[in-house]
Amino acid sequence: MGILEVTNVNKRFGGLRALHDLNLSVDEGTVHAIIGPNGAGKSTMLNCFVGRLIPDSGSVMFNGASLLGLKPHEINQTGVARVFQTPEIFGDLSLLDNVVIPALAKHDGAFKLNAWQRVTSRLEIREEAEHILEVVGLIEQKATICSSLSRGDKRRLELAMCLIQHPKLLLLDEPTAGMSRADTNNTIDLLKKIGERGITKIIIEHDMHVVFSLATKISVLAQGTIIAQGPPEEIKGDPRVIEAYLGGELG
Amino acid sequence: MLKLGKNDLGVFGFVVAITLLAPFLMNPFPEGSALAQFNAGYPDLMQRFVIFGIFAIGFNILFGLTGYLSFGHAAFLGVGSYAAVWMFKLLTMNIIPAIILAVLISGLFALVIGYVSLRRSGIYFSILTLAFAQMSFSLAYSVLTPITNGETGLQITLNDPRVLDTVNTTGNLPVTGLFGLEMRDTATLEIAGWAFQFNVGFYVSALIMLAAFYLSIRVFRSPFGLMLRAIKTNQNRLNYTGLNSRPYTLAAFVISGMYAGLAGGLMASMDPLAGAERMQWTASGEVVLMTILGGAGTLLGPILGAGFIKYFENIFSKINDNVLHGWFNFMPDFMENVMVTIIHPFVGKGWHLTLGLLFMIIVIFLPGGLVDGGTRLWKRLLTRKQDNSSSVVATTPAK
Ligand SMILES: Nc1ncnc2c1ncn2[C@@H]1O[C@H](COP(=O)(O)OP(=O)(O)OP(=O)(O)O)[C@@H](O)[C@H]1O
Ligand SMILES: [Mg+2]
Repeated sequence: MGILEVTNVNKRFGGLRALHDLNLSVDEGTVHAIIGPNGAGKSTMLNCFVGRLIPDSGSVMFNGASLLGLKPHEINQTGVARVFQTPEIFGDLSLLDNVVIPALAKHDGAFKLNAWQRVTSRLEIREEAEHILEVVGLIEQKATICSSLSRGDKRRLELAMCLIQHPKLLLLDEPTAGMSRADTNNTIDLLKKIGERGITKIIIEHDMHVVFSLATKISVLAQGTIIAQGPPEEIKGDPRVIEAYLGGELG
Repeated sequence: MLKLGKNDLGVFGFVVAITLLAPFLMNPFPEGSALAQFNAGYPDLMQRFVIFGIFAIGFNILFGLTGYLSFGHAAFLGVGSYAAVWMFKLLTMNIIPAIILAVLISGLFALVIGYVSLRRSGIYFSILTLAFAQMSFSLAYSVLTPITNGETGLQITLNDPRVLDTVNTTGNLPVTGLFGLEMRDTATLEIAGWAFQFNVGFYVSALIMLAAFYLSIRVFRSPFGLMLRAIKTNQNRLNYTGLNSRPYTLAAFVISGMYAGLAGGLMASMDPLAGAERMQWTASGEVVLMTILGGAGTLLGPILGAGFIKYFENIFSKINDNVLHGWFNFMPDFMENVMVTIIHPFVGKGWHLTLGLLFMIIVIFLPGGLVDGGTRLWKRLLTRKQDNSSSVVATTPAK
């Protein structure tokens, strides 16, 4: 039994079958890459995991409990964090605040009217936030308002926001899209570094360099269903995959 | 000090100073001079400055931090006023029970309205709050007449029970007070041509406003305040971060409703009557204007905005044609008439026109409100100074 078990999930948008009897099993502690052409349904799949979309049928079990029917914040509280394809951050706030918020959320649970405690008085949280910003390499800009960050830095900030929560499962939707080669390599190193924390990761990626440097297992998604699955070496040579998605790219 | 950061302490100290010295600051022109028109240092108006200041400070906790624009906050102000007057009728003329009940009842009211309205956001939320407020307004005029006394408004009478007060044998209506101090008591200090007025009601309201302002600074700087800001910037992200935003928005809504109730209770404490017009949508709109004009989401903004609008309402509306003729009578008759005709639409009953134009100018050129304008000016001055002395400039704006 994997930490995440997805069985027969279907999702339609009008006449479009975005997910078609999708089955997926993710083992604890692995980096599971999902690849597939544009419009294959990769982001839709993640949306079904985090409660942004509700599947028409099927089941999504995390750690033995169903995620379906839970609200997004409840799903997060079970230990699932997500980096979005277009960064979702608190644009008007400083980097430090952006990281402090998820830390407080984790710390305080659902709601606390703690008007009498200043943010700065919560030293442990602040220290932890600064530490995480250091890990992702953004500590120098901690006071900057983050809407002015570059796209790559926003992604890294969002990653820091997820990491500070110590999630059990981290969902990454194209974490290096739009990044320069150097930035991409930085992110790969970063993801390898945090791999030591034993967080299970699902990573959606178009960049094969990233996929093959990180993944322990690869699933290929096409037209809403998994068409091939296995360790990286196997996927590289699978003719169905080459036909459906990779084309001559790996040649 | 006071558990405030350096900047916040500065802002708070500034507000304490201008509030406590208001009888002097608002009265810059000697009695009887041509400019005495522009003096605002009389009890009535100064009370209104601080009371509407409270209203706007509370509104800013909701609108400034979470971005939820309520168009019905006057309802809570009205409810607070009714509650306070009922206390004056039933219990005592002491303002403390009245104010406590005003805050509690408006808080309950806000809990109910907020619970329903916050199921929607954006324009739908605004419309829901507006609908609730208009409903309350209409009810106060019709079905609820036994409680609100309909169009006449709720007033105290000689026959009210007032169980805690000694029997009134004077035949005059009792006045509101605080352990022997009467709210309407005013001491006048005459220096040279000036007459400065120190009113009990003003100072009581002012102290309450300062406490309310202090509390709002603490809310702004607390983790709770940070969550409210997070809601304004990206509610989606907050949900995927494990927080349900609804309890936060509801808490902010109730807190700001209680501030409005406090303002309403104080209003009744200065003058013990309450009418439904206090709940009308124009009154709700006014607090929105105050907050935006001063600078939504800033600490000082709502206070400045409230002062600005109340000043215009009371001072500009008093300038009539006679006053204008007085100003321009040094000119030849023909010129005098031309000047009066030009200025006439902007003053007296036309003060709304002036206010509207100013509002447009501020929103277009200073989208962050008066505080933003002030901060920018301050920064420009600082950088100019820096060119000469190369001193270190604080990076955080003095909001
Ligand atoms: N909310 C939605 N409403 C309607 N159609 C949608 C919605 N979300 C996705 N789709 C459609 O579902 C299909 C799958 O979209 P999805 O975003 O999951 O693809 P993807 O694999 O993430 O692609 P990409 O690599 O471009 O990110 C697409 O055809 C898309 O247009
Ligand atoms: Mg996608």
